[in-house]
Amino acid sequence: MPEKHAKKDTKLYLSQLDKDLNRSIVKHDLGSQFWLLFLLLIIGTGLYSYIIQLRDGLGVTAMRDYVSWGLYISNFVFFVAVSLVGFLISSVLHLLGYKWITPITRIAEQIALAAVALAGIIIITDMGRPDRVLNVIKNARFASPIFWDVTVITTYLAISTLLIYIPLIPDIARLRDKISGVPKIQMKLYNILSLGWHGSDEQFSIIKKAMKILAILVIPVALAIHTVTSWLFAATLRPGWDSTIFGPYFVTGAFVAGVAAVIILMYVYRNRYHLKNYLTDKHFDKMGKLLVLVAFIYLYFNINEFLVPGFKMRKMEGIHLQELFTGRFSLAFWLVQIGGLALPMILLLFKPFRKPTPIFIISLAVLTGAWIKRYLIVVPTLLHPYLPIQNVPENFMTYFPSGTEIMIAALPIGIALLVITLLAKLFPVISLWEIAKENGVSKEDLLS
Amino acid sequence: MDNQEEQKQSNSRRRFIKNFGLSVGIGALAVGGVLKAAKPEKKKKGESIRVLTEEGDTVEIDRSDIKPLTQKEQLKENQRRGIEGLPGKKWVMVIDLSKCRNARMCMNACQEAHHLRPEQHHINTLRMQDAKDTQPYFMPKPCFHCDNPPCTKVCPVNATWKRQDGIVLINNERCIGCRFCIAACPYSARVFHWNEPLQVDGDDDRIYDIELNVPQKKGTISKCLFSADRLRQGKLPYCVSSCPNSVYWFGDKNEDAVTNGTTGITRRFSELIRENAGYPLYEELGTKPQVFYLPPKNRQFPFEFEGKTTIEKHS
Repeated sequence: MPEKHAKKDTKLYLSQLDKDLNRSIVKHDLGSQFWLLFLLLIIGTGLYSYIIQLRDGLGVTAMRDYVSWGLYISNFVFFVAVSLVGFLISSVLHLLGYKWITPITRIAEQIALAAVALAGIIIITDMGRPDRVLNVIKNARFASPIFWDVTVITTYLAISTLLIYIPLIPDIARLRDKISGVPKIQMKLYNILSLGWHGSDEQFSIIKKAMKILAILVIPVALAIHTVTSWLFAATLRPGWDSTIFGPYFVTGAFVAGVAAVIILMYVYRNRYHLKNYLTDKHFDKMGKLLVLVAFIYLYFNINEFLVPGFKMRKMEGIHLQELFTGRFSLAFWLVQIGGLALPMILLLFKPFRKPTPIFIISLAVLTGAWIKRYLIVVPTLLHPYLPIQNVPENFMTYFPSGTEIMIAALPIGIALLVITLLAKLFPVISLWEIAKENGVSKEDLLS
Repeated sequence: MDNQEEQKQSNSRRRFIKNFGLSVGIGALAVGGVLKAAKPEKKKKGESIRVLTEEGDTVEIDRSDIKPLTQKEQLKENQRRGIEGLPGKKWVMVIDLSKCRNARMCMNACQEAHHLRPEQHHINTLRMQDAKDTQPYFMPKPCFHCDNPPCTKVCPVNATWKRQDGIVLINNERCIGCRFCIAACPYSARVFHWNEPLQVDGDDDRIYDIELNVPQKKGTISKCLFSADRLRQGKLPYCVSSCPNSVYWFGDKNEDAVTNGTTGITRRFSELIRENAGYPLYEELGTKPQVFYLPPKNRQFPFEFEGKTTIEKHS
């Protein structure tokens, strides 16, 4: 549809583009205020709970000496997982030359940036001595996988910031020149962030080059963040974690979670900001196929991860697997494996399920499943150490997160959603200049 | 050459047997006495005293020349020697499972020494049953002070490490409380201070002793230290010397000698292991534990726990 406009009248088309894509910036209604209030409520209770935790210690959580990692670490792994989608879409698919991803790239990058930034914050909430966080740099021990994790996550955060910011510059410049009715401070922000962009050929070629470099640079870093995160577990001797395929198992699982997250956000933007002409049924269809592909690869790793040790049922692995297959975690386990992975994959093979609304609902199930899966990776293993758990109170032998813990775990989720909301409030959620360029608008027209 | 080596070894063994409890102890006592004597109000010009230097020589100095260490300096000194460990030693423990009847004196002595809550165990006596048809037995489980410790490898800030005398120590002045070491330890040997640690009188202004890990700190790890503070004084660990049932043997692998904490008998470590088919636990994990068990054979007492002679199923 946009092509039609472009042929008719570039100016008219561009003003329509401005109107559509700036809607997220200028739209103010009760809904957005309500949403903001809701997020601030989550963040407020989370901060309050965290202050309690700072005062009283990690004892306010349900974690104890045996299950010493719980909700926070599950959450951390989930956030790192979701952030990988930025790499999948703006690097892998981009370098492979797929054109249909243009309106989705920024959405994926918003998620990547918010998720990876908050992953770092989650780790701090899990620390017994957050006041000593700088020891990680001051007394760094290079042999520890935590040190590697800190290094690659900060690097990925930096690259993700650039991946979202650099293609934003032409759009920010256009906002600086064209938009009206926004607060003065916001205009000032556009002025600073546009870095004096005037759309010269030289500037465009710099952007193009920078994007190419970043797209390649992000490959090893992105693979590293989730591989290293998996090593936090795989580097131990514990049954259930002691696995050689944890790296690829985590990376492919991350793609499933990330693609589902992008589909959800696409659907929200499409409806809320009336972007049906940009995020079309075709885009949802393609994303659905992508989800089938990554889910299939993930399923393959799942079969390897569970079938092979399940075939042998070695003593300690056997206890662990029994708990997952038929024991106290079996309901959650099968819900995740079937409802959150196998069934969505099968449904999405059929075209009607790849329509926006069905795929949105399926993606919600996949994303929820992905979260529970992280919990099932972290917690059950810790409940089965080699030696029996004895001479400790009853609450050392089980684990279910406490109220305070849940509120603190919700804090980063709230902040991440706030970051995404603010990004949508400040900048177009779809790259305007790239869409315009694809529809034959020249650089000169874009500036006028 | 070989002869000389042997001579040296047997010499040192004799010295160990004779002086275990003397050589290092005198040094510690002297330093302690000096520190006490150095309080300003007792200072008297012209009086000379004898002290032991770090090299082991006795020297005479004027009392007025003694300068007490400031709190900060004392902490630094504690850290320095705690991090280094005792040169030339290689501590080893042997636990005789045929003797353990769950008296739990070791657990109590340990918790008292390290200011731990009742649910926090540096040493924990477990009720074990290896397979369905095997006999249950009691098994005290301290930290195994592995020669290939999985816990120290994962620490991101060097807050836990293996000393030259084999002890895996922790520094709660540096620990960030990430609990990666808890996840990495296959023997569940580490505990964490989830809440404010147990406060014992005087903990407030006590200088942190890295070899005792006291005072304990909220949000940090604690673990069995083989009672490094007692070893420095030439004494046996708290758990070893408090056992009423002759379960524990403790000593120096370099000298091939271990002493029983109850009877005071000293034996060759290698002999004890050979004669009783001693073994380390989960040796197949490659951790090289430095605590050895003697099998629970020929027990002259029933396996009894809370009135029952059976064991609940492993978790």
